[in-house]
Amino acid sequence: MSQQVGVIKRINGSLVVAEGLKGAKTGDAVYIGELRLIGEVIRISGNLVALQCYEDTSGLSPGEPVIGSGAPLLAELGPGLIGEIFDGLERSEVEFWKLTGPFMRRGVKITPLRRDKKWYFEPGAKPGDEVGEGDVIGVVQESSIVEHRILVPAGLRGVIESIEEGSFTVDDTVAVLATPDGRSVPLKLVQYWPVRVPRPYRERIPIDRPLITGQRVIDTFFSVAKGGTAAIPGGFGSGKTITLQQIAKWSDADIVVYIGCGERGNEMADILTNFPELEDPRTGKKLIERAIFIANVSNLPVAAREASVYMGVTIAEYFRDQGYDVAVIIDSTSRWAEALRDVSGRLEEIPAEEGYPAYLGERIAELYERAGRVVALGKDKRIGSVTIMGAVSPPGGDFSEPVTSTTMRFAGALWALDTDLAYRRHFPAINWLRSFTRYVDALEGFWIKLDSQWKMYREKALAVLEEASRLEEIARVIGERALPNDQRLILLTAEIIKEGFLVQNAHHKVDTYCPPEKQVKLLKIMMGFHDFASELVRLGVPVERIRSLRSVAELLRLKEKERLEEIDSAYERVRKDLEKLKAEYQVAR
Amino acid sequence: MSFSREKAGPVYRTVREVRGPLLVVEGVRGVSYNELVEVKLADGTEIIGTVLDVYEDRAVVQVFGQTEGLSLDVAVRFTGDVMRIPLSDDLIGRVFNGSFRPLDGLPEPIGYERREIFVSVINPAAREPPSEFIQTGISVIDGMNSLVRGQKLPIFSEAGLPHNVMAAQIARQSTVLGSEEEFAVVLCAMGIKHEEYEYFRREFERTGALDRAVMILNLADDPIIERIIAPRIALTIAEYLAFDLDMHVLAILTDMTGYCEALRSISIAREEVPARKGYPGYMYSDLASIYERAGKIKGEKGSITMMPILTMPGGDITHPIPDLTGYITEGQLILSRELYGRGIYPPVNPLPSLSRLMKDGVGPGRTREDHMEVSNQLYMAYAEGVKARDLARIVGELSLSDRERRYLRFAEEFERSFINQGVYENRPIEKTLEIAWDLLSMLPEDDLVRISEENIRKYHPKYRSA
Repeated sequence: MSQQVGVIKRINGSLVVAEGLKGAKTGDAVYIGELRLIGEVIRISGNLVALQCYEDTSGLSPGEPVIGSGAPLLAELGPGLIGEIFDGLERSEVEFWKLTGPFMRRGVKITPLRRDKKWYFEPGAKPGDEVGEGDVIGVVQESSIVEHRILVPAGLRGVIESIEEGSFTVDDTVAVLATPDGRSVPLKLVQYWPVRVPRPYRERIPIDRPLITGQRVIDTFFSVAKGGTAAIPGGFGSGKTITLQQIAKWSDADIVVYIGCGERGNEMADILTNFPELEDPRTGKKLIERAIFIANVSNLPVAAREASVYMGVTIAEYFRDQGYDVAVIIDSTSRWAEALRDVSGRLEEIPAEEGYPAYLGERIAELYERAGRVVALGKDKRIGSVTIMGAVSPPGGDFSEPVTSTTMRFAGALWALDTDLAYRRHFPAINWLRSFTRYVDALEGFWIKLDSQWKMYREKALAVLEEASRLEEIARVIGERALPNDQRLILLTAEIIKEGFLVQNAHHKVDTYCPPEKQVKLLKIMMGFHDFASELVRLGVPVERIRSLRSVAELLRLKEKERLEEIDSAYERVRKDLEKLKAEYQVAR
Repeated sequence: MSFSREKAGPVYRTVREVRGPLLVVEGVRGVSYNELVEVKLADGTEIIGTVLDVYEDRAVVQVFGQTEGLSLDVAVRFTGDVMRIPLSDDLIGRVFNGSFRPLDGLPEPIGYERREIFVSVINPAAREPPSEFIQTGISVIDGMNSLVRGQKLPIFSEAGLPHNVMAAQIARQSTVLGSEEEFAVVLCAMGIKHEEYEYFRREFERTGALDRAVMILNLADDPIIERIIAPRIALTIAEYLAFDLDMHVLAILTDMTGYCEALRSISIAREEVPARKGYPGYMYSDLASIYERAGKIKGEKGSITMMPILTMPGGDITHPIPDLTGYITEGQLILSRELYGRGIYPPVNPLPSLSRLMKDGVGPGRTREDHMEVSNQLYMAYAEGVKARDLARIVGELSLSDRERRYLRFAEEFERSFINQGVYENRPIEKTLEIAWDLLSMLPEDDLVRISEENIRKYHPKYRSA
């Protein structure tokens, strides 16, 4: 790689224009000024090169040097990623803190992976083995959950000349590969990949299993598939962050990459403090042992938000290629889009809508297309997936604004947050009328194994909710008492579904995570209640009588029961009470 | 001038263009981005500015201060340094204007240290999540939207509502439960009226808070552009008090609408492509660089709790100023003209109000185990009551069901005895929760679904009296 040298001509915020830098390509990483601030080439015209600087440019002057690396912005990949917290340029913020104190400084060089730490490498191949790109040559137990599989980097193949077991730093050579063209290539624990280029795989395969989040409204009604995409638009105060954090905590992914892009510092601090204490309900291990954080908070330079999203997705793809299911959470893609707008404005491009560049849609589509379930490169045909869930922060809660409306076109599932629900402290405030999922048919197979009637329950519950919202409109005008009995029952059932199923308390020790078996059971019971109660209403039982049953009120609290048998016995009580009512009215007739 | 250490750096008289607060200076050398600039007008007045854009030998300078009297005939000195202020404990008790000149008749401050005012970002990994409950003595805040030390919680208000009275009450009464420490107050006024400032000064004076306050004032008739630097000066001082002198600081920024209007003026003068309503696309990031200076740091004793106040233009919460603020701050307290009209003080509408950090500050060992659940139940019941009130307006109260009537009564009683309290009434949290339980006992026990059975048995008046 040849180094290119240039001179700063102009500084305007994050935009720096340099002269020289012969041979620079767009996307190349550059080091700007005496401080060697990190930046990227975004446009070339004649001998002038426009650079986007990822750090604050205060104090830079025309005449200072710019050095081009000749290579694009790279992600460093290898053991040591798990449990880390990085900024948008993959610098460890904990190391940063040690170096510069609690306030961030500029121009600090920190390598992403720790250089002094030794990892125990167990070879999975032996000298003489023929290997190609994506083949596993050995493993490092990175955390008690994650076995880090060391892959032959893309583009390489050959015969293993030597391979060693033992403790190594990421820079040590663990194996030597003899390539067909006669070179000896050392293989290390670390490898690199340009963040803006999707990592290669053998083939995409159909998605057929849900990403279980333990959140009833998501899993049962609007589930996302492993390898799928979901968007979460919501105005401020609609509980977006808590919903995302719940997904990060409880989803059944092997690895979670949480990208805090332009969001609150205290929220990241909260996650960083809580995760090390939380246990994964499936493995009983600490959640931090499968999580990677990118905390590019709102008061860090805007341009770095752009890089942070690609950085996170590249890390996710790297673990996908090892055969893992990875969940990527981006909070928020709107802040990332604002970074695009900022740079576009400084380049004086003609804006499309609300100042956003015309290529906004393209960029959003490209980002979500990096999700998928794939067969990775390599002989053993590992299957891995990347699921991308992106928050969207629509200005004024207006879903027709460019970022939200474009995202809705590309996302496979939409969890529309509703400020009105949040006002009523109905959390998660996911609006069941505006949300959707395109994965119902693909995921039906999973749920049917738990209950063959699952699809029917789901559709019926949604129908009741929809009907109820229509009736509420009418009740708002004429009062609930003026509605006929069967319609009042719809309202009662809808209330039970809302309070007893959709509302889920993230801070309740049992309710915070609801396993799929329990979700199905609760839904079945509620629909069973509705059928039975409809029968009673036909017999002339007033809804007031049904509503005032103690056992019916209990339906709202079934979600807090840990054991499924408790739920069954509670439902038995409801049945008995309803039987009694039925007998009473049958006699009366 | 307090911003630069000494009168050094080259002076140019080559201004080629004046556009609002922007000057284009040509033939400059060695000028750096964001550098502090001093501009001497023809009449001898000195104002300061910073470099916004530098292209070879051409620099665009944005001045802070009066823009009348700017002409091609001014002298521009580039100081070679970014904007800094001197810091020391002598700043406590002082009053300055938006350019950091004393307004109290005392001499210019001298500091032990000079610190940059623009660039200050707490490393997210070094942040301590806020979790110490602040008792403000105001029920609707403590009970339902609790404030914690290190939080940024704005008041969304409208013209004519008593947001300043409320802010002063909070500054006066706030204590951390179980500690007697008082807050140091940093007040930054941006475009408020003289009488509003007088109100704060009198209140602080009366209660002795003035001795632990620093005030940075840019009043309505002061240069609008100074509002860009006023909050940065205030927060640089707040950081010094919190993280150098170990104090707990309450920073009150009022009115952020005045700040955003200044930001818009500059953006328009720079001919930038606006995002919404003429406000620049970077307003979110710019506001974040102010609001995110609140917080706590691991291993440090002090903290900055921030209470920005903004008046929503036309009472519209979707306006870019409240909207972007709400995305950055950790909740919001929303004042309602309707409540105020009915004589309720403080007129905080709890339904759209929110404190995101409440969950970390309340509960067993902090306030009380039933606090969060009681709060959720109050929300739910009040929302139900407001719904019933809307319905009654259409169909008349007589057509309501018993249940709806009960909730309607609840809502009215809740407004009268829970939200409503005196300007000088300081309610301990136990009192607030007691009022809450008395109100909840108006409802059937089976309706209290947001409260666990254990807590109902422990705190419901029915069981307590038995």
